[in-house]
Amino acid sequence: MTTTTLDERIAKPRLLDRLVVRPEIGALLGAVVVFLFFTLVTDQFFSGSGVATWLDDASTLGIMAVAVSLLMIGGEFDLSAGVMTASTALVTATLATQAGWNVWLALFASLVFALAVGAFNGWLVMRTGLPSFIVTLGTFLALQGLNLGITRLVTGTVQVSGMRSTDGYESAGFVFASTVDVGGTAFQISIVWWIGFAVLAAWLLVRTRFGNWIFAVGGNAQSSRAVGVPVVRTKIMLFMTTALAAWLVGSINILRFASVQANQGIGLEFQYIIAAVIGGCLLTGGFGSAIGAAIGALIFGMARQGIVFARWDSDWFMLFLGVMLLSAVLVNNAFRRRAERVRR
Amino acid sequence: MSHRLKAVLVAAAGLLLLSACTGPKAEEKPTAATGPATSEPSGPLRVAVISHGTAGDAFWNVVKNGAEEAGKQLGVQVEYNSDGDPGNQAKLVDNAVAQRVGGLVVSMANPEALKTSIENAVRAGIPVITINSGEDKSAGYGALTHVGQNETIAGEEAGKKFKELGKKKLLCVVHEAGNVGQAQRCDGAKTGFAGDVQTLQVDISNPTDAESRIRGAVQTDTSLDAVLTLNSQVAARAVSAIKAVGSQAQVGTFDLNTDVVGAIKAGDVVFAVDQQQYEQGYLPVQFLKLYRDNANVVGGGKPVLTGPDLVDKSTVDTVGKYVQRGTR
Repeated sequence: MTTTTLDERIAKPRLLDRLVVRPEIGALLGAVVVFLFFTLVTDQFFSGSGVATWLDDASTLGIMAVAVSLLMIGGEFDLSAGVMTASTALVTATLATQAGWNVWLALFASLVFALAVGAFNGWLVMRTGLPSFIVTLGTFLALQGLNLGITRLVTGTVQVSGMRSTDGYESAGFVFASTVDVGGTAFQISIVWWIGFAVLAAWLLVRTRFGNWIFAVGGNAQSSRAVGVPVVRTKIMLFMTTALAAWLVGSINILRFASVQANQGIGLEFQYIIAAVIGGCLLTGGFGSAIGAAIGALIFGMARQGIVFARWDSDWFMLFLGVMLLSAVLVNNAFRRRAERVRR
Repeated sequence: MSHRLKAVLVAAAGLLLLSACTGPKAEEKPTAATGPATSEPSGPLRVAVISHGTAGDAFWNVVKNGAEEAGKQLGVQVEYNSDGDPGNQAKLVDNAVAQRVGGLVVSMANPEALKTSIENAVRAGIPVITINSGEDKSAGYGALTHVGQNETIAGEEAGKKFKELGKKKLLCVVHEAGNVGQAQRCDGAKTGFAGDVQTLQVDISNPTDAESRIRGAVQTDTSLDAVLTLNSQVAARAVSAIKAVGSQAQVGTFDLNTDVVGAIKAGDVVFAVDQQQYEQGYLPVQFLKLYRDNANVVGGGKPVLTGPDLVDKSTVDTVGKYVQRGTR
């Protein structure tokens, strides 16, 4: 240090301090611990097909967690996100198998549907000023009812199947549900979507003006409006982003599993929020990271499949998952406090 | 976009080009595996049992007990896992394949979702036996055999029994919205009963809701004289609902538990359709052991049926003992 009068706000912090203030650092450490743990206790966890299994599990959860993290940084929740993954798949499957549409056209229609629901969520939250928790709880229930009601009405049963014999299944399947062969192991294409989506979201969040708006509206909507941030537009866009992600996951699921159950997706919204929180997002908004949420999903996937690899009695599964999530969040919290101390 | 990001993207694109992409195949006949498994020719056999039941479900607990007991008796390592979400269940199958287990037992509530994973297992030389549901798809996916109850036949038996009892109007209570097997049971009951059949949707995870909805149904329609529940826990709710409003309807149910045994003894429940799911856990483990050690197959291309076995007042004393110890 040559100049003692250097303003602490423009001082270049040390590397360690810079790392510690990153919201995703706790999640990253957690991921390393979980990874090492299962690699050491089990034989196949780190084998090619083992890695493919847990990455696959993390991927669809991760796509949603990334979108949900953006929304949470923007200060809102979307409880309809889980059911939405089933709704979009049902729209696609119904149009393709029952109405005989080409899969691509059906996918486009369900995308329009998803964006409309997302925009509706956002519009209603902004218009009424009600907490998004309540508004999206309403859409969650409404979609759940629609899923079951319409599926039974159209097909007479509770699942839509038969996607494999529809027009355009192979080409759409290539985009959403193919496998990539790396060294003799088949990896699901959803993993590529997940990484791509996370990178895109991270870039959006930290490198663009829209990203600044997200932090601003989540931190303090009033003052961000005062400085000219389009609060309503930003929040509606965020709700549409989670809907878009739900459409992507719904499409991946329907093309891969070729059938969809009317009660699918219920309860997954909490897993998305949990993954985002593990990844360093605050429940109060204004702070968090998209990459962190992707890592949160990775921890989830590794733990969920790792327990199976470790051949533990599945009765204890949820207990382990709960303990692990809590410890991840606690580690995160400790880091955040340390980070705040550095900043001061 | 930063240079580093660009470099990462280019590297990722390069990796994609180097690796071969394979899309999912449209409608195609899978090749059935022939010859004994190659994965673990000697040493203790490892069998993964993967069901669609939720953790803590009384029905699936009996299946688990059956599989574990068979494992203990035959010296087979049995691992039980379950997930109600079809996609997650498929991932558990992938996980078992990655572990190269010696045999796989899968319940197929949603066959299409499990198709790829099961076919991959068969292709990897792992013998698969399907249980409980998915009977008509089992052989097509390359499974050795199917062990279960035919839901339509079981539903028909229940419907016939009510008809024999002289009932006129039947209420069929569905407790899992997305379950195909339950829809088949109610459809079967419709055929067997050959009378007026209505269905009612309740939520199994909320017993209060189940009870009050059944109460509402028998209260508003007093001509209902028979209630068919598809689960033993729901049967208990139906009994108290009917008692609460003084309805004359009689309850028949699928599946047994100690409450149902007590209710049959007391005359509150007239019969229970038992699919003997203990066998659905026990038999596949034994079949897989026979297949590995002696290349035996069972069923001759036809499913092995574990039910329906109608339990009523005449047989409830014998069966009741086994319900108590968790094997029926």
